[in-house]
Amino acid sequence: MLQAKAGQFFSSGHTNNWAVLVCTSRFWFNYRHVANTLSVYRSVKRLGIPDSHIVLMLADDMACNHRNPKPATVFSHKNMELNVYGDDVEVDYRGYEVTVENFLRVLTGRLPPSTPRSKRLLSDDHSNILIYLTGHGGNGFLKFQDSEEISNVELADAFEQMWTKRRYNELLFIIDTCQGASMYERFYSPNLMALASSQVGEDSLSHQPDLAIGVHLMDRYTFYLLEFLEDIHPASTANMNDLFKVCPKSQCVSTPGHRTDLFLRDPGNVLITDFFGSVRKVEITMETINLTAPMVKVTSHIKCYREELTVLSSRTKG
Amino acid sequence: MAAHRCNIFMLVFVLCGLTYVLVRAEIEDTNHVKDAESVAVDIAPKANIGASLRSTKTEDQTQAAEEERQWEAETNPVDAPSDNKADHVHDTMQNLDSRPAPYVKDQTQEAAEEERQWEATEVKEADHVPDTMQTPDVPPPTPAKDQFQEELVIRPLHSGDIYASFQFRTMWDTDFLRGSKVSHYRLFPKSLGQVISKFSVRELHISFTQGYWRTMQWGQPFLPSPPGAELWVWFQDTVTDVDGAWKELTNVLSGIFCASLNFIDSTNTVQPSASFKPLGLGNVTDQRFLRYAVLPREIVCTENLTPWKKLLPCGSKAGLAVLMKSEKLFHSSFHSQALHFRPVCQDWKCKSTVWELRQTLNVVFDLHTSGQGKREWSLFKMFSRTLTEACPLASSSKVYVDVTDNPQGELFELSPTTPLLSQAVVLGDRRTYSVYDLTNQATFGQTRSLNMLLRWRAAESGDMLRPLLHGERYVAGYGLQTGEIHTLMYNNHPYRAFPVLLLDTVPWYLRLYIHTLTVTSKGRDNKPSYIHYQPSKDRLRPHLLEMLVQLPPNSVTEVTMQFERALLKWTEYTPDPNHGFYVGSSVISALVPSVVAMDTNSTRECPLFSSFFPCKEESSYFMRVYTEPLLVNLPTPDFSMPYNVICLTCTVVAVGYGSLYNLLTRTFQVEEPSPGLAKRLANIIRRLRGVPLL
Repeated sequence: MLQAKAGQFFSSGHTNNWAVLVCTSRFWFNYRHVANTLSVYRSVKRLGIPDSHIVLMLADDMACNHRNPKPATVFSHKNMELNVYGDDVEVDYRGYEVTVENFLRVLTGRLPPSTPRSKRLLSDDHSNILIYLTGHGGNGFLKFQDSEEISNVELADAFEQMWTKRRYNELLFIIDTCQGASMYERFYSPNLMALASSQVGEDSLSHQPDLAIGVHLMDRYTFYLLEFLEDIHPASTANMNDLFKVCPKSQCVSTPGHRTDLFLRDPGNVLITDFFGSVRKVEITMETINLTAPMVKVTSHIKCYREELTVLSSRTKG
Repeated sequence: MAAHRCNIFMLVFVLCGLTYVLVRAEIEDTNHVKDAESVAVDIAPKANIGASLRSTKTEDQTQAAEEERQWEAETNPVDAPSDNKADHVHDTMQNLDSRPAPYVKDQTQEAAEEERQWEATEVKEADHVPDTMQTPDVPPPTPAKDQFQEELVIRPLHSGDIYASFQFRTMWDTDFLRGSKVSHYRLFPKSLGQVISKFSVRELHISFTQGYWRTMQWGQPFLPSPPGAELWVWFQDTVTDVDGAWKELTNVLSGIFCASLNFIDSTNTVQPSASFKPLGLGNVTDQRFLRYAVLPREIVCTENLTPWKKLLPCGSKAGLAVLMKSEKLFHSSFHSQALHFRPVCQDWKCKSTVWELRQTLNVVFDLHTSGQGKREWSLFKMFSRTLTEACPLASSSKVYVDVTDNPQGELFELSPTTPLLSQAVVLGDRRTYSVYDLTNQATFGQTRSLNMLLRWRAAESGDMLRPLLHGERYVAGYGLQTGEIHTLMYNNHPYRAFPVLLLDTVPWYLRLYIHTLTVTSKGRDNKPSYIHYQPSKDRLRPHLLEMLVQLPPNSVTEVTMQFERALLKWTEYTPDPNHGFYVGSSVISALVPSVVAMDTNSTRECPLFSSFFPCKEESSYFMRVYTEPLLVNLPTPDFSMPYNVICLTCTVVAVGYGSLYNLLTRTFQVEEPSPGLAKRLANIIRRLRGVPLL
């Protein structure tokens, strides 16, 4: 009975969860990109992934920016309903440190030896990794801090390096930029699932401005993604097909896309908490379990029994 | 026969006499213990003498105990009854024949009353404090290993703002220097302890500041800090590769504090030769083991406060740290959090050293943004929290409110009232504080929470004590090629001159011309008595300038230097180069003459805020002033130009050169259009006939 159940425990094959959340935009008017990243951070933390397993990269500081009328807060809903910055946030890469080179080094693990642990992605071949990127992008590239770009080929090669070095078990890639679907076109490594907020040739739009703060607070896709994730709790059984339905064209104006052909499992069997949460598989039972005697003793009994038989048979013979 | 009888009587008389003498001697023996019981001991019958002697002895003790109890009752809540027997004798002599009367007011009693109100933190009243209560050669008990103290000082400022300063001190009693690995951490944070022992750090000072301290409006801070992040470290003299250790230490600290301290490298690190001497014990003065760096651009936000709070023994769950909510702390004019680690003496004998970790947080709340314009401050208004308990791991937990300008309560009203007052000499001034002791449950009152309220009565406030030393700095000049740095140092003392040490760190891309350095006071040249200058190396090392300047009384000293701006390589520009480049603050360190005698005894129990900088002499105190950082524009290229140039060049090549090439090399051939079917057939027939074609 237990043996059969044990097989179910490791059905997805992962034992730990990591998240790499990147906001690539600088300047106050890109407040919404930081709010996007922080809302995913908040959901991921709420569902159980600890700070030590999250690499959060924010290219600019919005919370303590001098233009922020409410310091130490970043809001996602207008009328300041939800502060996604919170009181217990740990940003690993901030400001000028968020560069293409640092991002690729984090993914592939090729960091200088003096890099502290909180800045490293220490995943292994049983890790499920969630990667979330947001910012300004185009057909085949994503802009970092208005001064450099990462192309979809570079990203695909980085993931291939991760696969070759056994740095992930399964990887979920979410991108919320203009023409985001172009970023996952070039993937070729196994066990990758990708979601984007818009197709090639479409723009991802922002959701709503707040007149007190003066900027747009969130992007549409991530806003509805946050609403969807707020309903998820660690024991929820929602699967990836529900995630693909988030933000249809009527709400998002752009058409979200996804790619699952490289993924080995059926998306309907993949739980949301496989990537967004850090769920330990624990089963609580009230019945007592009788442990059988260890194998060694049984064989020795058999041996004794056989010896007895031979003795007996020899006796009977002789 | 009669003679025999006479002899017997004589013998008896002599025996009685001897007995009497012996009895008197014993009684006198007991008298030195209890004079009060020097009731005339009659020559009692022999049978009773022993009994009466015994009874007087026990009565002695009970009477002594009764007297003791009376003494205690009179002098509540003073310290334990003394062992000094002379006192008892003196007092009980007074109470000899009467009932236990109300106490007689004598010198020791008065001192005890005063002690009820005043804590033993004073300097002048030392002789009034009943030190005679304890014999002088008994030292105070050694403190337990790993101690933690917390305090909060609230100081209303003359501009209407309010200044709150938190100090948390953890003492770590360990000996990691001798190579023994520390494996048990009690109150000291483990993450920091491991870093310190790994890199053999002797002193570590790091601060994160947002905003600039306005000395002329607010006075002097308890612990000064420059805008941005500042880090200076003294390594042990056993470290062989200081630069390598420094590089690794900055990376590790950037991970601990979630700050980009990994940007500290050789281009912004200096080794000051005279400033930043060790603040703790030890006579290591070889500047090879000192490293100093400042990042003026570094932002401070909740992500830096969160790990800082986690280093406290109680975290942010109990004690004073519950007040630290980021939404209120960062909505302020000035916010600075710092960490100071250094070796200090364990006790007054200084036989062993302990390691002291001080975490400080200074914040100034603005009257208009946080106070809504009303001159009324409370803990709830400042922090949106009240205090409910002291940290259970703290040996002392106190809140001090500065009431020096309010001796009779005429300026503002402080509630709830507290009987405890304390005086401390801090920053050259004697200040009086109302003290709330959080370890005492009675402080929290019926509501189990403490919310201090300061309500101003009068609209105007008194005069502020003018700060004696003040510094300013700005960039002069025009254009993007050259400029001039001006540093102004103000000495506001009416008649005393004192020397100051000025430290300037300028990045390599501002090329200083040191031959243009001028120092003038009151219009005349003022030659510095000590100059240490280290020129910069492009992309390797910044400029370092240290000068010892004597400031004349009541004057302004101006230091000017010209510089030239360098053109950086295009990869060296930040993503937002039009914002400008920062130059770190100048540091002015001085021993400022004090009007009040400073306390040089560093081992007395004194509040944390008055005991940070060590005080060697009574007539002056140490002060450090930071100037503003500078924001300088460098010649910045237009980064969209490569794209523009490619478009322009391709257009020119295609249109201009292409057209010319075609004109020169193209030949024109006339080509007949292909004829119709009939004509083609006709041409075939003509070819066969050998006739010219159509």
